[in-house]
Amino acid sequence: MTDWLGPEEWQAVRLSLKVSATAVAVSLPLGLLCALALAKGRFPGRQLLNGLVHLPLILPPVVTGYLLLVVFSRQGPIGSVLEPLGVSFAFRWTGAALAAAIMAFPLMVRPMRLAFEAVPPALEQAAATLGASRLRVFVTVTLPLALPGVVAGAILAFAKAMGEFGATITFVSNIPGETRTVPTAIYAFLQMPGGEGAALRLVAVSVALAMGALLISEWLSRRIARRVAA
Amino acid sequence: MIEVHVKKRLGGFDLDADFAAPPGVIALFGKSGSGKTSVINAVAGLMRPEAGRIEIDGTLLFDRTRRIDVPVHRRRIGYVFQDARLFPHMSVAKNLAYGGSHERDRVIEMLGLSELLDRRPAALSGGEKQRVAIGRALMSHPRLLLMDEPLSALDAARKAEILPWLERLRDEAGLPILYVSHAASEVARLATTVVVMEAGRVGRVGAVAEVLSDPAAVGMIGAQEAGAVVRARIAGLDRIDGLTELALSGGRIVLPGRLGGIGTHLRLRISAQDVILAREKPEGLSALNILPAEVTALDEGPEGVAVGLACGADRLLARVTRRSARALRLEPGLRLWAIVKASAVAPDDVGGAA
Repeated sequence: MTDWLGPEEWQAVRLSLKVSATAVAVSLPLGLLCALALAKGRFPGRQLLNGLVHLPLILPPVVTGYLLLVVFSRQGPIGSVLEPLGVSFAFRWTGAALAAAIMAFPLMVRPMRLAFEAVPPALEQAAATLGASRLRVFVTVTLPLALPGVVAGAILAFAKAMGEFGATITFVSNIPGETRTVPTAIYAFLQMPGGEGAALRLVAVSVALAMGALLISEWLSRRIARRVAA
Repeated sequence: MIEVHVKKRLGGFDLDADFAAPPGVIALFGKSGSGKTSVINAVAGLMRPEAGRIEIDGTLLFDRTRRIDVPVHRRRIGYVFQDARLFPHMSVAKNLAYGGSHERDRVIEMLGLSELLDRRPAALSGGEKQRVAIGRALMSHPRLLLMDEPLSALDAARKAEILPWLERLRDEAGLPILYVSHAASEVARLATTVVVMEAGRVGRVGAVAEVLSDPAAVGMIGAQEAGAVVRARIAGLDRIDGLTELALSGGRIVLPGRLGGIGTHLRLRISAQDVILAREKPEGLSALNILPAEVTALDEGPEGVAVGLACGADRLLARVTRRSARALRLEPGLRLWAIVKASAVAPDDVGGAA
């Protein structure tokens, strides 16, 4: 199975999957929280949070990457605090995951927020009158009814993370085996004489993964929607 | 005792409702927009009053001055909403069990739910949904049940299907119920106490027969909806003509249809506009129901005169025009005849005892 991909290409694919899965898994709780706060919350600074969440969508990726570099480098305000704790992002695959998570965050939050907004408050009130605490209302009513949107957000974020290029290459460079994901690998192969073959194979992998993610998300949300609406 | 006092500014009007009532079915009755739903939302904890106090059977749920405000999920107040609000992603069985399984088997039997347990809410009729919603609220073991026009979204056939279940609930479950309605027929059938709401305030509180037959309350209830509630016993059945003869404390009346077995006790609503008054006992009239009565009170409103009548131990209510009131020289103490049109008593208005 690995025959048609060279070891370097295979390494990039594996790394991309690891980086994207980590990015989505780690940002999912925060994404849910932000989506919930934006959908149901009434608090000062709501518009500010909304702007912050959407910022990576509008900023040039190279700017996001540079800001990450400034903040998380070994001398940066957060990087220097995390360094003694053994947590490091600069030029590590964890940094690629961080960049991917931040770039994918707006795409994750938006469908989730819309899904939470679509859950009728009337049903949540009914659950409360039946003795359910706010946490239980969320787990048993809000989340199951919003599940199609939550899944769509996670898959969209995964697909975006797989394709992230600008912020990643600015923040953690393009180190084979550490930070060379599929998009940065394609870029590197294209800079290399005779690299077109490898680049094309990775392009095919990218297209297949993106299509696969879309089909799975469609199938999942249709299945869940059927279960929820019945 | 159910003691409710809530004050809140709502849009363009001030809610300031204050009443106390013994347990039973307490009907919050009034025109739409009179603040009924706001009151029960405050009792449920879904709306926070600006001032007031809510106490149910000795348990304080809200007291502004003492800064007590029990959160919704700790109030143990069951709420049956107008639109059922079943959870669409759960089966009927899971909906029922959501708040607990207090007297599960009895509730399922009483409301006839055993056939529905495996179904999804989307596969239920409106009447079935309301029955499940009632069962779900009961199984959460509430100290008080709130019902916000549980029948208003249903057509006449579905209403007729649910009303007997509600009567059973009142007579068997022994649970106090606060029932919001703007339909006099429902109130007359179900309520023990009536709280009449008018523009955010409580206009009248009292036993159902007393309030509904009070001419002074007609203005708040609405002329079309006004009508007294009487108790009756089935005294005879005429199978050939398809009639039921009812004994009231002040005489006998005959109604079409077979309303039950001989000896059955009923409560009956007689709409004020279906009672005709006469000074002399009429002869040769197609109406069969002529009862001796005495005028107890008169209330003149913009739409006519409401006449309170004593008929044996029962109270009746009639509505006449001002001109008729003058022509009949109506005044308290006058003895006259009340004629009730037999076909005027709708099946909706005939309910079980209690």
